[in-house]
Amino acid sequence: MHGRIRTWGPGALVLLPTVLLLGYFVYGLIAWSFNTSLTDRHTARKGPAHYVGFENYVNLFGEDRFLNSLKNLGVLTVAFIVGTLIFGLLWALLLEKGVTGEGVFRSIFLFPMAISMIASGVVWGWLLNPSQGDDARGLNRLFAILHLNFLENPWWTAGSRWTTMAAIALPAVWQMSGYIMALFLAGFRGIPPELREAARVDGASEFKLYRYVLFPQLSPIALSALIILGHISLKLFDLIYAITGPNQFRTEVPSIYMWNTLLRSDQAKAAAIAIVLLACVAVLVIPYLSWTARQEAKQ
Amino acid sequence: MRGLSKTLAVLSAAGLLAVSACGNSDDGGGGGDSAASKDVTVFTWWADGGEKAGLDGMVSVFNTDCKDFKFVNSAVAGGAGSNAKQVLANDLQAGKPPSTFQAHAGAELKDYINAGQVDDVSQLYKDYGLDKAFPQNLIDNLTVDGKIYSIPANIHRANVVWANPAVLKKASIDGAKAPASVDAWIADMDKLKAAGVKAPLAISKGFAQEMLVEAVLLADLGADKFSGLWDGKTDWAGADVTAALEKYKKLLTYTNADREAIDWPDALQYVNKGQAGYTLMGDWVAAQQLADKVPDSAYTYWPAPGTSGTFQFLADSFTLPTNGADPDGAKCWLKTVGSAEGQKAFNTKKGSIPARSDAQPADYPKYQQGAMADWKSNKIVPSCAHGAACTLGQNNDILSALSQFSGSPDVAKLQTALGNAMKTS
Repeated sequence: MHGRIRTWGPGALVLLPTVLLLGYFVYGLIAWSFNTSLTDRHTARKGPAHYVGFENYVNLFGEDRFLNSLKNLGVLTVAFIVGTLIFGLLWALLLEKGVTGEGVFRSIFLFPMAISMIASGVVWGWLLNPSQGDDARGLNRLFAILHLNFLENPWWTAGSRWTTMAAIALPAVWQMSGYIMALFLAGFRGIPPELREAARVDGASEFKLYRYVLFPQLSPIALSALIILGHISLKLFDLIYAITGPNQFRTEVPSIYMWNTLLRSDQAKAAAIAIVLLACVAVLVIPYLSWTARQEAKQ
Repeated sequence: MRGLSKTLAVLSAAGLLAVSACGNSDDGGGGGDSAASKDVTVFTWWADGGEKAGLDGMVSVFNTDCKDFKFVNSAVAGGAGSNAKQVLANDLQAGKPPSTFQAHAGAELKDYINAGQVDDVSQLYKDYGLDKAFPQNLIDNLTVDGKIYSIPANIHRANVVWANPAVLKKASIDGAKAPASVDAWIADMDKLKAAGVKAPLAISKGFAQEMLVEAVLLADLGADKFSGLWDGKTDWAGADVTAALEKYKKLLTYTNADREAIDWPDALQYVNKGQAGYTLMGDWVAAQQLADKVPDSAYTYWPAPGTSGTFQFLADSFTLPTNGADPDGAKCWLKTVGSAEGQKAFNTKKGSIPARSDAQPADYPKYQQGAMADWKSNKIVPSCAHGAACTLGQNNDILSALSQFSGSPDVAKLQTALGNAMKTS
């Protein structure tokens, strides 16, 4: 008995602070939020709240504003993931082919990641100015100077949900593409050169080399990238807040709606939005985690 | 091995201690110290510019009037209290209120009143003679169920249009004279468009659009029916509201395309630079123009068309939080806030007018002198955009509906949304 404690005791002690902190500040507070979301705590008033079951959730899904924010989020996530994967892969491919000054380009592509979302959001807010024609400013002005007037557009201030949220995704794509590039570049570098040589000796064309030899080996990285981007997109708040302000119906996503709801002290509703958001992230992350666990178990 | 596990045990124990120490210090701070000394923690969102100067002026009066107490500035920066309100909500929720905090006077206080976070200060009105110093009209607007929960430090006017006479001249319009009605205003804008001014009315995002809707509603419905919109006496579904919202929709067609992307100082610059003829904004514009050294001759101002004789007010006020650390100190601050000297020291610097009707106009700049005369003679109605008529929640819903309207104008939808917003709390 004493011996057994000797084996797992120190490890448990080292883990204990982490377990306690995570248990309280993450899982404990998730439970707390979920509990709040089942009550009628709709004001800052103290005192006991009553349990109302899933009423807050039912109300949320019957509400135009919330459904609008969910649809916005869906479109944003698709636009953001597709855009970032395309640009990340493209840059990685260009660098992987070997260019002079690779380090410089790598830094340039990675730098946007170092900027906080709120700062880049403020600047992109100016760049995405919707004025056109003679008054054009920001990117529209740039298009006018380059004689690309047909590209001028109202960005997120008019048009369909797709164009609106794609305009919002643009800064996020700009910011995260470098990171995805780094992921893919590391993936390419991790493939043993022997494989390429073997493929070339077998007479594979450059296209076939990538299609059948290199890309299949990148699929675990692509999956990780997908998960990382997906959860970033679901939690996106600061960038949208900085570009459009707090009460913009056109670009509102659940995280911003949650903030608005909390500002008016409707704690139960805000907690319900938070739990829905958490569920969205869980849908994405849990299958990934179980898949990774199975892969590791196989090895 | 034994030595290592010992070290680890010590390390993890130290880690736990550090964590619990954090917790302790958190509990011990805040409330404790302020009760010990005579500190008066004043929570505001006046962190810079004319607002900060006004606060400093008020503090200097406080320091002479309330020698027993020490002013502690607890300002959180951010326009119209956007960040401050969140911080304040946390402090109040945690049961650690500041000695006194800034809040828009009127309905916005309802959130705090309903949550039992502020005390009735009607008695202080009697003690300090404020019930006679403030216009009865204002006191009526501040009273909730027979009680008053805050003392206003200043008054701003919301229904003001700022015009560039040089631009209006292009269409032979006299910039000194206000159009008699919203329709006349729209006719003038047609003339401006014909004269080559593409977007005669400069407007910015969010609350600026809310202020324009309010001005149109006020003009069309008149002061009494307009006030009724906010206290439930006027039906939001009425045909007169529909007609007014149609006019608002029309007005939006004369505005700048980037209205969702700019703030009110940008819209003001469009007017100053001659790109636009008008902008509607509260009278803090006067202080901004003074600060930017725009000459008096370069701009004119009048009450929004169809609203002359009505003063749409908003006010910053101070409260007495329930279970505050030092109520005596807070009361002394409130006394300074309501006093003639305190209001003068504050308002001459902030660019607003005093709530008291016994102030000397000669002490104030040109715009404020006119506003003070109107404050005495006009009918007073509240502003929703600035919390006098609406709670934070109602405001939030209205802003959301207006941003939706700005992108895809649908009057029926907007009318329903506005009515629904005022049904919530």
